[in-house]
Amino acid sequence: MTSPRVVVVGAGQGGLETAAALRGRGFSGRITLVGDECVLPYQRPPLSKGFLTGATGATDPADLELRPASFFATQGIDLVPGDRAERIDRECRVLHLESGAALPYDHLVLATGARPRPLPVPGAGLSGVLALRGLRDAHTLRRELSGPARHLVVVGAGFIGLELAATARTLGHEVTVVEAQSRALARALTPEMSAWLTDEHRRQGVRLLLSREVAALHGDPSGQVEIMELDGGERIPAELVVVGIGVLPHTELAAEADLVVGDGIVVDERLRTSDPAIHAVGDCARFPRPGARGHTRIESVQNASDQARCVAADICGEGAPYTAVPWFWSEQYAVRLQIAGLTAGHDEVVLAGDPGEARFSVFCFQAGRLVGVESVNRPADHGIARRLLAGGTDLSPEEVGAPGFDLKQYQRAPAPAPAPAPVTAPRERPVHVAHA
Amino acid sequence: MAKITYKHPGGTVTVVDLDAPNTVMRGAKLNNIDGIEAQCGGSAQCGTCHVFIDQDNTLPLPEMDSVEDDVLYGTAVPRCDTSRLSCQLPVTDALDGLVVHLPEAQS
Ligand SMILES: Cc1cc2nc3c(=O)[nH]c(=O)nc-3n(C[C@H](O)[C@H](O)[C@H](O)COP(=O)(O)OP(=O)(O)OC[C@H]3O[C@@H](n4cnc5c(N)ncnc54)[C@H](O)[C@@H]3O)c2cc1C
Repeated sequence: MTSPRVVVVGAGQGGLETAAALRGRGFSGRITLVGDECVLPYQRPPLSKGFLTGATGATDPADLELRPASFFATQGIDLVPGDRAERIDRECRVLHLESGAALPYDHLVLATGARPRPLPVPGAGLSGVLALRGLRDAHTLRRELSGPARHLVVVGAGFIGLELAATARTLGHEVTVVEAQSRALARALTPEMSAWLTDEHRRQGVRLLLSREVAALHGDPSGQVEIMELDGGERIPAELVVVGIGVLPHTELAAEADLVVGDGIVVDERLRTSDPAIHAVGDCARFPRPGARGHTRIESVQNASDQARCVAADICGEGAPYTAVPWFWSEQYAVRLQIAGLTAGHDEVVLAGDPGEARFSVFCFQAGRLVGVESVNRPADHGIARRLLAGGTDLSPEEVGAPGFDLKQYQRAPAPAPAPAPVTAPRERPVHVAHA
Repeated sequence: MAKITYKHPGGTVTVVDLDAPNTVMRGAKLNNIDGIEAQCGGSAQCGTCHVFIDQDNTLPLPEMDSVEDDVLYGTAVPRCDTSRLSCQLPVTDALDGLVVHLPEAQS
């Protein structure tokens, strides 16, 4: 029998980690990593943060690379940069590339990521209207932000939008953020954290407009954006516009091969698509929520990396359901915001620490069980919470709310197996404030 | 230039020469040394570049700040007295001869 051949589509975080994890497990078959970008696989998080200020990777691109060039040779991973996967022939198990190359596979892994959702208003095609996903976008933005102070308008108060707002403020630009929802990061953060973060941006001089929508963009005769028109007709100066209103997962390749797709490529608990020879990981994958109902899609480095490892194990015949505890970080000004677990669906929160000092955590419970923790400048809470959530914990809202509570002192309780969250009727969402 | 030694739990030893500016974490990445994940890329967020400094170390290490200290509470293998985040250890000539031990797991 010849050794199996793995082809990975997408040489980003998830694709690279899949290839690396396969070799890490001793997989000896052929591995081909196809990516449509022309550079070595790189980290995206600095692109909205240190890359724009010059702190990371701006002078030495190697700072952004996930692995050095030598990695691919020493690990025997065939990296095919600058080529696009165009069609999957599932019957013959062959992947066809734009260049005309045809790659036979035994296992195909889709790690195609996502692209920024376009702003659906007139004028969105004007020059000076940008989005941020890849290194090329980041270079353009860096150039635009390195000059004299300008009026920047960010559309969308999501993580990328708010990180950009913070970076641009730090660089001395006038920043307005326009958000259609009634609060920032409505999907990702508790109302408590969202309100605190909104205040922080306002303290830093960002004009943050909530429940407002962009109606149109207007340019000068040369086609350069100049003015943003909001619903209701208000016009605001906009010399530069960055659109950060979420992403669309790259599902076309999967859809055209008749794999099941929704908002993402739908996979089972082992991250297999509706064709067991094809897995999907990272931003493009819609997977069953561990220990809960329904499917979800998560955009984070942790999710792409851990899913890559899960798929590598499955391909090596040592697979197990994907159950990793999600975690995420964001940096805005001096705010180190970290999230452990999935806070969606919580019905009770307890605050620990001091929001006034920008050092606090929001503990989220569902039916009395800890489901997630959001922390600002409290990395110990975050790290310990990740461990507790992974092992199962009986930490109660009362304990967190008790005077003098400190997670560092909290003994790891004998770990009960994590049980699925009970489905409870919606109830009031009490908020307790612990004594700092 | 500094010679840095990485010792794996299984007994494998890798020795590399590193120039500044670099960190002990980046040195592992650049030289394809397994056992350091550094999921956050070196911003002291994730605790997956945890190392144990050799017991007999006499080299002057940079002092640990409160962020690093806090992040070490969340490592996969529990911290001990010699624990550090390797992304917070810049390579300097003064670290020539440093020996670090890699934990069994990072995440
Ligand atoms: C600006 C920015 C800041 C971020 N900050 C953070 C952060 O602070 N913390 C955090 O946890 N996460 C952050 N993220 C999210 C994180 O970077 C992503 O979740 C992660 O990169 C997802 O990995 P992936 O492999 O799924 O997708 P990607 O890394 O996007 O890789 C997908 C790759 O596939 C390629 N591709 C797509 N289709 C094809 C095709 N048909 N053929 C060939 N190649 C193809 C794409 O061009 C891309 O290179 C940030 C993202 C961005 C954009």
